[in-house]
Amino acid sequence: MSKLIAAAAIRGAHKIIGRAEDKFKEAREKFGENQDLEFPNTGYYLPIIYGMLGYQVKKLKDVPYVLDMCKRLLPPLVRERHSLPYLAPTLDAGMATLFAEEVMEAIRYVEQPDFYVKGEEPSDKNIWLGAADDIILRKRGVEFVDGTAPGFAAIVGSVPDDETAKNIAMELLEKNLYVFMASEFQGKQFANQLKNAGLQLGWPTRLVSFGPDISAAVFALGFATRAAMSFGGIEPGDFRKILIYNKDRVFAFVLAFGYVNDEWYANAAGAINWGFPTIADTPIPEVLPTGICTYEHVVSNIAHKDIVQRAVEVRGLKVTVAKVPIPVSYGPAFEGERVRGEDIYIEAGGGKTQAVELLRMSDMTAVEDGKVEVVGKEMKDIPVGSRIPLAITVQVAGRKMQEDFEPILERQIHHLLNYAQGVMHIGQRDIAWVRIAKQAVDKGFKLEHLGKILHAKLHQDFANIVDKVSVKIYTDDAPVKQVVEEGKKVYKKRDERLEGLKDEEVDTFYSCTLCQSFAPNHVCVVTPERPGLCGAYNWLDCKASNEINPTGPNQPILKGEVLDQVYGQWKGVNEFVQKASRGAVQAYDAYGVLRSPMTSCGCFECIASVLPLCGGFMAVDRDFKGMTPVGMKFSTLAGMVGGGNINPGFVGHSKFYITSLKYLSAEGGLKRMVWMPKQLKEEIMDRLKKTAAELGVPDLPEKIADETVGTTEEEVLQYLQKVNHPVLSLPPLF
Amino acid sequence: MEDKKRSIDPVVEPLLEKAAREGIKTAWDRLKEQDPQCGFGQLGLCCRHCSNGPCRIDPFGEGPQEGVCGATADTIAARHFARMAAAGTAAHSDHARQVCATFLEAAEGKVPGYGVKDEMKLYELAMDLGIEVANKPKQEIAIEVGKKAIQIFGSQEGEIFLTKRAPIKRLELWRKQGVVPRGVDREVVEIMHRTHIGVDQEYHNIIQQAARCSLADGWGGSMIATELQDIMFGTPEPILSKVNLGVLKEDQVNIIVHGHEPLLSEMIVVASRDPEMLALAKSKGAAGINLAGICCTANEVLMRHGIPLAGNFLHQEIALITGVVDALVADVQCVMQSLGEIAQCYHTKVITTNYRAKMPFASHIQFDESNPLESAKKIVRTAIENFPNRDPRKIQLPNDKDASCELIAGFSHETINYLLGGTFRASYKPLNDNIINGRIRGIAGVVGCNNIHTTQDIAHLAMVRELIKHDVIVLTTGCSAMACGKFGLLTPEAMQYAGDGLRSVCEAVGIPPVLHMGSCVDNTRILMAATAVVKEGGLGDDISDLPAAGAAPEWMSEKAIAIGMYFVASGVYTLFGTNFPTLGAKNLTKYLMEEIESAYGGKWAFENDPIKGAHKMIEHIDKKRKALGLDKAKERVLYDMAMRRDLG
Repeated sequence: MSKLIAAAAIRGAHKIIGRAEDKFKEAREKFGENQDLEFPNTGYYLPIIYGMLGYQVKKLKDVPYVLDMCKRLLPPLVRERHSLPYLAPTLDAGMATLFAEEVMEAIRYVEQPDFYVKGEEPSDKNIWLGAADDIILRKRGVEFVDGTAPGFAAIVGSVPDDETAKNIAMELLEKNLYVFMASEFQGKQFANQLKNAGLQLGWPTRLVSFGPDISAAVFALGFATRAAMSFGGIEPGDFRKILIYNKDRVFAFVLAFGYVNDEWYANAAGAINWGFPTIADTPIPEVLPTGICTYEHVVSNIAHKDIVQRAVEVRGLKVTVAKVPIPVSYGPAFEGERVRGEDIYIEAGGGKTQAVELLRMSDMTAVEDGKVEVVGKEMKDIPVGSRIPLAITVQVAGRKMQEDFEPILERQIHHLLNYAQGVMHIGQRDIAWVRIAKQAVDKGFKLEHLGKILHAKLHQDFANIVDKVSVKIYTDDAPVKQVVEEGKKVYKKRDERLEGLKDEEVDTFYSCTLCQSFAPNHVCVVTPERPGLCGAYNWLDCKASNEINPTGPNQPILKGEVLDQVYGQWKGVNEFVQKASRGAVQAYDAYGVLRSPMTSCGCFECIASVLPLCGGFMAVDRDFKGMTPVGMKFSTLAGMVGGGNINPGFVGHSKFYITSLKYLSAEGGLKRMVWMPKQLKEEIMDRLKKTAAELGVPDLPEKIADETVGTTEEEVLQYLQKVNHPVLSLPPLF
Repeated sequence: MEDKKRSIDPVVEPLLEKAAREGIKTAWDRLKEQDPQCGFGQLGLCCRHCSNGPCRIDPFGEGPQEGVCGATADTIAARHFARMAAAGTAAHSDHARQVCATFLEAAEGKVPGYGVKDEMKLYELAMDLGIEVANKPKQEIAIEVGKKAIQIFGSQEGEIFLTKRAPIKRLELWRKQGVVPRGVDREVVEIMHRTHIGVDQEYHNIIQQAARCSLADGWGGSMIATELQDIMFGTPEPILSKVNLGVLKEDQVNIIVHGHEPLLSEMIVVASRDPEMLALAKSKGAAGINLAGICCTANEVLMRHGIPLAGNFLHQEIALITGVVDALVADVQCVMQSLGEIAQCYHTKVITTNYRAKMPFASHIQFDESNPLESAKKIVRTAIENFPNRDPRKIQLPNDKDASCELIAGFSHETINYLLGGTFRASYKPLNDNIINGRIRGIAGVVGCNNIHTTQDIAHLAMVRELIKHDVIVLTTGCSAMACGKFGLLTPEAMQYAGDGLRSVCEAVGIPPVLHMGSCVDNTRILMAATAVVKEGGLGDDISDLPAAGAAPEWMSEKAIAIGMYFVASGVYTLFGTNFPTLGAKNLTKYLMEEIESAYGGKWAFENDPIKGAHKMIEHIDKKRKALGLDKAKERVLYDMAMRRDLG
């Protein structure tokens, strides 16, 4: 810390804490001390305060404790001559600043409920998103887990012009980083500059406009803090672990654009506690010695064209950027960007025309690697705003390629195409839907490039099993129909293959420890009838992944001796789990929830919970924001279940697993399912009906209550009795 | 003697001139009268251990090579050296014994005004002592700690428990060398026995016991003293104060605390702020009560209360010559007998306070541990009542701008931990990181006394400046710290004298390049800091792996030998200046300065030129850097996802 920075940061902290005190008094006067105080839809209260102090701010009356802590942390101003050591006091002042700002932002939610928009994306009138709720946290957190997003850039201020802002943002996105934005400089805000430059703001595009004030920095650091608690399984109040976790795993940094005032310094000092350095475009003093951050703490006077590269180096981040021979930017950061109506150059699928994709393996000799053919019209022949039929067929060959891997590779088409800027891809198989933006076509994007992407990326990501790839793209009706016909046959065969697979029929399960980067003790065991709780990895995926990367996160587990057929315990599995969890978990049940259910990292699609009064289970998915009969919202449940711990009575799982015959089968299985959100039920209805029929309760789906029936156990129980739910005839659960 | 300056401290000479005018003799005058001092004694070749002697060995090889009993130069010097270590250990540890006893009584509620100030440190120490802390009231834990602490002196077998704080590898090494101390008293007694005529006559064997005894000091007596003092009086935190005789005030009652123990002086601090005392002072015409210190008592009250330092060892007589000291309150160690006599020439009252340490021409007010504040008030009252007795004609206070200098003190190893990362990220990592990346070349402990044979403070200053110039961060204690303080090296502004790398770290943390860690008993803070650095990782797994060195360029007391020996036995390269007590014994000296390294990883060195000494230390630091592979610049590591998974 240079003395100038320390002095400024501590001054800034004094000001901000003073403001928070005033704000609090004002709010108490106006709303009374029993006024609820919270960020919307989160189980982590005010997350920085909760993470660092383990203290739950729920009401205004909880604030004095926090402000008192701020004052205890707040050091005296730095003396000009013979100053006392200031690094530690500055870091403390920074932390106190963040506590105070969290309080102020929470009060803002009370005072101006519409100051921030709700959800993932800005509205036309308001670009400010405010605190991320737990749904966003979990959805986006997964990207930090699997490395598709290595970290984030927290941008404060603004740059001289919109074009520079856009260039910086694009460079960050190309490095797969999230862009978090707060505050302003000279009346301009970076987020607005991006909007002016035509970029879409919001979580899906990774351009997150938190708020117009510097205090919105707490939304970024709160997100990081929650990630440590949610995915890292670190207890609230275990501040040291939370901060080190962020330093080692979340590669974030602050970009300060414009004059760095005392308040900015105070926030930057706070961020250093997380190991997040500041890189500035102005000539402020630098802090180069290392220690709290991985490398330098403050680096300054960097030109805009160099600042992203420099920031990445300062943070110590190695970015592996996919090299794809196309004329637009490419990377996971562009996955969430949409191509809107007025921007469409061509559109295929989506109910208007037919779009289909099919990946098949062939003999080595039959595939000419790198060949991309467009049969029919190319972009130049298609007028702007057209709807076209489209078939993308991929031929793959490889010595280690198996037919089982086809669907896995085919499923990659979705995100691989989506990664291209200006390309939007939805769906799969014969319900694919593709839009290509005018802006991409302006840059020279052709249909051929869809093939180039697939060729390059399948080679990069699946080098172990893929030796040759060729792509054929059809844009005329007849051949597209032909592909659809062929596809339907193939899809059916594939579905049968996976669905037919029983746990008992294989001697090997697969582990998934992908999330250990975030939840160090968590181990998923994936069986044919129980996919990974994130819904992204089924048994075949893991098998393929292991072929592709034999030392990777998916390892074969020989089941070995069956210890408990009913609950699903095997000697080999237990041994593996013990080792892979570093002794934290001794054994768990694959098919039960009551005794010791499988651990959860935090990426689960759903959480199942026991409803004791009903003697049954409920399952809630993360998109459901309402109250559930167990008395907790998904976000609260998720806080309890995640982090790699065994929580009897609760378990995280995928949507698919609900319709598995092995779904909590040790304790009665699907027959005990008494409540699900309506939307979830509808989403899995086809399979739900099928499984219910197999279990001999074909009318089960309509007997499962949902939020329209009730969100208390009493209401659910009444309903069960009314419809004579099969659970009533089962033996008691306890 | 005429040619050599007596001190580089500008306040000294005018006061020495005043002393000469007034016919007062000081240490410099008495040295002159001693000249020539005994050459055999200087070389460690004189033995007076039995009345067959005194025997002397001829260092030139022409005269006798054995004493009457047949003892060789190596045996004689080793015995003498071991006895110095024993005396030094005894000094620190008898101080510590008193601290333990007072702590226990305080814990039992028998000492009004004393209690537990640093609760966290109490719990940490309790756990290190193997005491269960869960669900126990604080007082109960404190009593158990007190009882257990006091056992380190009398225990006969086993291992002094604080040795377990050392890095595992170090403890194993000690076990292998057979030097884990059993009990402080036992090790001291055993040296006295083994150095009696006709007992241990094998110098390696004698030095082994000297090491064991000294370790009983560093990881026993001294360490427990620091720990309990911190618990009782508070662990030091950075604090601003002043040093040098300019801190004495003409219009106030000046009380100087002198010696080495904080037990009484803590209460003198309280008494000097007592309204009743202040009123009394006022009634005597004084504007207030000004407390200042000399030697390590001063360092103790500086570290915890910011009480200014009047000066180091060679300042004690000069302080009285100012004519404004109303009372000099002495406890134990390094108090010159001449003070009583000099005080006769002024109004100054010299008050001894410890039954162990009395002297002529001093009044004795025994410190009553059962009522410290009363004792302290009695002393303060005596000083106040003496204020009107000042003779204005004899007053000469240095008052130019160099008469005192500001300093930052209060660096405990715990505080350093905090200072490097704040409440939420406290750790030694930034220190280790910057040693690894080379901004800090290494760590030096520069400690020790003033020695009359050297121009006062010159060696400390030259060595420390040279070290920081070469990016070596300096930890300092005792009289050395005061020397650094007098010349501004204990302020953050002193970073201008540091090399670019060290300066950048000082600037980042806001610390001086030289950190004042306390009294000489507090050298154990340096041991603990070194251990913390080892445990933080990245710099080897033992203290002897660290790029670090120690020095006492102006040492003179036997305590310095004990300290030096426990540093060497803890794996530190330790360089002494001015003189070394074995130089006449070639084999022994070779063993201490070369061969001993293979046993302990540390060794002694002697170099009279402080600049050359600094470079020997730097050379050693560079050797350790090379062994750690830190001699070459490393490329910046960038982390991809897989590497991040392996972190933590």
